[in-house]
Amino acid sequence: MIQHLSFLPILLPMLAGVLLLMRPFGKNKAFRRVGSVVFSTITFLVSLALLLKVQASGTQIYAIGDWSAPFGIVLVADPLSTLLVCLTTLLGLVIILYATAGDDEKGSFFHPLVHFLVLGVNGAFLTGDAFNLFVFFEVLLIASYSLLMHGGDKRNTRAALQYVIMNLVGSAIFLIALGILYGVLGTLNMADMAQQVAQLKGDDVHLAKIGGFLLLVVFALKGALLPLHLWLPNTYASAMPVVAALFAIMTKVGVYSMMRVYTLIFGDEAGELSHMAQNWLWWLALATIAMGALGILASKDLRKLTANLVIVSVGTLVALIAVQTIDASAAAIYYLVHSTLVTAALFLLADLIGRQRGEIADRITAGPPILQPRLLGICFLIAGIAVVGMPPLSGFIGKVWLLKATINVEYTFVFWPLYLLASLAILLAVAKAGSTVFWHHHESAIKDEATPDFESQRVHPAQLAALIILISAAPLMSVFAGPLSEYAIGAATQLHDFNSNINLILSGGQ
Amino acid sequence: MELLYAACVGLLVSCGVFLILRSRTFPVVLGLTMFSYAVNLFLFSSGRLSLNKAAVLGYSSEYADPLPQAFVLTAIVIGFAMTAFVVILAIRGRADLGNDHVDGQLPDKNKNKKVKV
Repeated sequence: MIQHLSFLPILLPMLAGVLLLMRPFGKNKAFRRVGSVVFSTITFLVSLALLLKVQASGTQIYAIGDWSAPFGIVLVADPLSTLLVCLTTLLGLVIILYATAGDDEKGSFFHPLVHFLVLGVNGAFLTGDAFNLFVFFEVLLIASYSLLMHGGDKRNTRAALQYVIMNLVGSAIFLIALGILYGVLGTLNMADMAQQVAQLKGDDVHLAKIGGFLLLVVFALKGALLPLHLWLPNTYASAMPVVAALFAIMTKVGVYSMMRVYTLIFGDEAGELSHMAQNWLWWLALATIAMGALGILASKDLRKLTANLVIVSVGTLVALIAVQTIDASAAAIYYLVHSTLVTAALFLLADLIGRQRGEIADRITAGPPILQPRLLGICFLIAGIAVVGMPPLSGFIGKVWLLKATINVEYTFVFWPLYLLASLAILLAVAKAGSTVFWHHHESAIKDEATPDFESQRVHPAQLAALIILISAAPLMSVFAGPLSEYAIGAATQLHDFNSNINLILSGGQ
Repeated sequence: MELLYAACVGLLVSCGVFLILRSRTFPVVLGLTMFSYAVNLFLFSSGRLSLNKAAVLGYSSEYADPLPQAFVLTAIVIGFAMTAFVVILAIRGRADLGNDHVDGQLPDKNKNKKVKV
């Protein structure tokens, strides 16, 4: 059993998803909820076990069906991918917990779909094969299409239609890129690809370059990098907030793929093609940060605001990837975990705040007072401080680290002012949103408060538990910043260690 | 053969892209289908075009690369499922929104008379 540990984060959500469709889970709501929470807890614990094992005995290579690389598909559980698998399963658990308070009643397949999405995301993180990456992308996408439609209304259908069409075109481009790369390199195992790229000659170099840039288009679409970010605010704002919180991990899959492809395959050792996308990534990332900051200032409701925060975090991460040093990658890993958890928390908060304000929902205008202003206000304060990047929470550490990591880069004089201005914009927008929502009340609206409808919108214990898990991540990541940053540096060192990566994967982990 | 093959892929891609850029969901779905046909053909050719070669070892002195064939099979299955999904979604969009424009509403005719709906 123990040698199959790296496969379990993929297998368990699949089994859970299938089981939850069958009796007794399929018919009985209570069974389904309990079962779903139990399954996702088990998945999370198994990923933690994998994390401990990877820390104790190094990267785990799992050859599916015992077909060794480069002929078969391998799963690579290195410190980076394992950390992200843990993050995904934790987020899945929190979302499922939150949804048991009532969000899962709007359709009967919420729980199986969440498990299938976790399956796809985990697979995309763990796989060491480019075609397999495509397959897991499709698994997570089809689950996300259905989740997006879950309990939806008209506005939802429109956003979903555009999202699906965009992603279908993206998948087609992904396949073209893989076809070109396979035709040139003769392999799609990422480690083997990295070896072959350096030996290309003549026209093949240009073909591989085209393939690499087409991959950039695909990952930019999934990760919402400018100019392919336009789908994100609408999609995230029209999905149910609990689903949007889960989607916080999905843009990170695109970012993670960029990290892999442009540091391993087209990295230092790629001969003529080394660092081919670096400049593109850098400038597109800066433009993404700027657009995201403008979007934040223009947002009229909390969900749009959070969606634009996701865009800024993607821009920041991609800028760090473009730097391609160990320090920058380590900062990116820390920031990735932080931003995923905090944006998810903000989506859930927007949902809770919206419920307690009646018709006005989460729009940033004066409205009826919130039913539990202290509880939600404190949560919003913590999440706000974390997302803005003020001391003492995790956002501050991430910010200082990423500024430090970019200090010697060629274009620092563009990045620093831009990033700090964007942070200022975030600070202003979040402060304004918080003060308007919590402190500005209509006198006329206060009378409506006593309606019984409002009383039922108190925060459910399950919702509170989910929210507290996410919110507490910010102080915890700050308290345990030492071990976490050591872990991130270790993961980044391994990511950049070309030769040991290749040898390890191609020898099957021996 | 190569020229014919490449021309077919190119034609399918250009038709697909043209149709995807239309404003109604039906042409968009058709365009996506054509695009995915082109992609499947293209993937197949990444193992090099050849005649009379066996895909299984031991049946012939020369053999074709079996991997692209496996890729194409996977891509066809996934593409088919996704197309089915987008068709259902387009029908639901037509029912929910009252029209089949991808933006969910028809462009205002009085505002800009040149827009053909």
